[in-house]
Amino acid sequence: MGSASSMLTQYDIEEVQEHCNHLFTQQEIVSLYKRFCQLDRNAKGFISADEFLSVPEFAMNPLSQRLLKMVDGLNFKDFVAFLSAFSAKATVPQKIEIIFKVYDSDCNGKVTFNDLNEVLHDLTGSFIRKATREEVLSQLLHEAGYTKESSLLLHDFIKIMEHSGLKMEVEIPED
Amino acid sequence: MSKLNTSSSELDLDRPNIEDYLPSGSIQEPHGTLRLRDLLDISPTLTEAAGAIVDDSFTRCFKSNPPEPWNWNIYLFPLWCLGVVVRYGLLFPLRVLVLTIGWIIFLSCYFPVHFLLKGHDKLRKKLERGLVELICSFFVASWTGVVKYHGPRPSIRPKQIFVANHTSMIDFVVLEQMTAFAVIMQKHPGWVGLLQSTILESLGCIWFNRSESKDREIVARKLREHVHGADNNPLLVFPEGTCVNNHYTVMFKKGAFELGCTVCPIAIKYNKIFVDAFWNSRKQSFTTHLLQLMTSWAVVCDVWYLEPQNLKPGETPIEFAERVRDIISVRAGLKKVPWDGYLKYSRPSPKHRERKQQSFAESVLRRLEEIN
Repeated sequence: MGSASSMLTQYDIEEVQEHCNHLFTQQEIVSLYKRFCQLDRNAKGFISADEFLSVPEFAMNPLSQRLLKMVDGLNFKDFVAFLSAFSAKATVPQKIEIIFKVYDSDCNGKVTFNDLNEVLHDLTGSFIRKATREEVLSQLLHEAGYTKESSLLLHDFIKIMEHSGLKMEVEIPED
Repeated sequence: MSKLNTSSSELDLDRPNIEDYLPSGSIQEPHGTLRLRDLLDISPTLTEAAGAIVDDSFTRCFKSNPPEPWNWNIYLFPLWCLGVVVRYGLLFPLRVLVLTIGWIIFLSCYFPVHFLLKGHDKLRKKLERGLVELICSFFVASWTGVVKYHGPRPSIRPKQIFVANHTSMIDFVVLEQMTAFAVIMQKHPGWVGLLQSTILESLGCIWFNRSESKDREIVARKLREHVHGADNNPLLVFPEGTCVNNHYTVMFKKGAFELGCTVCPIAIKYNKIFVDAFWNSRKQSFTTHLLQLMTSWAVVCDVWYLEPQNLKPGETPIEFAERVRDIISVRAGLKKVPWDGYLKYSRPSPKHRERKQQSFAESVLRRLEEIN
């Protein structure tokens, strides 16, 4: 499915469904394809960063730059795989995993104090002073049994957030 | 002691709050002592971002829906082919002929009137108005326009301005055939620009340039001068500032609503039965768009002239603009979205992101106070 033809065959749909572990129904994949073609203006087969940023709601989001690194240039199959964490059928660990990936921008499997600090900075902008931000983070890490030098792994994230009632779902419009 | 930095960019009180329109169901007010998991849990923000990737109300405004193909079986296909032959082979040449005749009549009357009647301004203006209405009627005829006008026709009175929703440049032609408005438009290149500088100039049209930032003030001044002038042609403005696909309306710019005069709303709704009149300027040039209209069966639309509105006491121009947008949207069956049409050409201002950041920062610090 390299080229973005405007029709998906049944075989294509099943291949994409396989790739996202059946977290989307076939109808949802068809709707996502329409959306993908809508955003991919010159039918290149992927959506560029500029095209993502042309959605004002996305451009306004504090985490847009981090997410852009993850979605920029994805083909349709990987695009759906990325979004599958937001499906209602995805499990809590799967959702926590994508949150971990957003933090772990250098993809080395470890989230350091610096990563936590940067994400908190993205979310709070210039409205919390640097010193306060780092102080809060240190304090909360300490309370949870970690230190400033700790590197958090995926299983740490899962341990911390498992029972917090995480709800992260997106509805695919029927169109 | 405040740990919160005040916002360095002052909040733009110039616009309605987008947050009032956007779904915020996923963000509930957190309470209780702040824990590490609360900071790690970026799910509300991620959900919003993913939601925007999957579907967003701004992109929907500019989506042109291609018509469903109906010629899929053995007898419908030949019928459709016959239709194509009739449309391209018979109707199109006929329409080009009609339009050419119209232009010949128009140009041969317009230039004599314009130059010979230089001294008799009142008569000249009247004739020019009539001629512009005539050429617009020819244009509408060249697409077999079926336009139904509802409501009292616009009258030429001072201190009034007409506003309408915008789908294509043909909106201007459809309205102009009934009343010779002076319009405020983007200056275009090519043959359209030529028409603008010669004929439309004499109607009193005003030009703007989207890309120039100082332009707004210059245009606002020109608007004010025009509206308060006694014999100027009634002014027509499309406050959306860009063409929208006739299913939604984007936010109205407040320029037309702060001139201290009566605003007369006009609602236009196109029926897509034969052709989609939305001019998707990203996808086609105006010439291509016109050719598409001229090779379809007909352009069907309804035009409603609605009750004139005035600024209510205590109402800001923005609220006034929103109220009129509501009146037009309801009449034409359009959905309102809280976006500025100019976002088609530029990125959103950082103020929106800052507002979100500020509200999150405040909630974190508030919960921090609870610990200490």
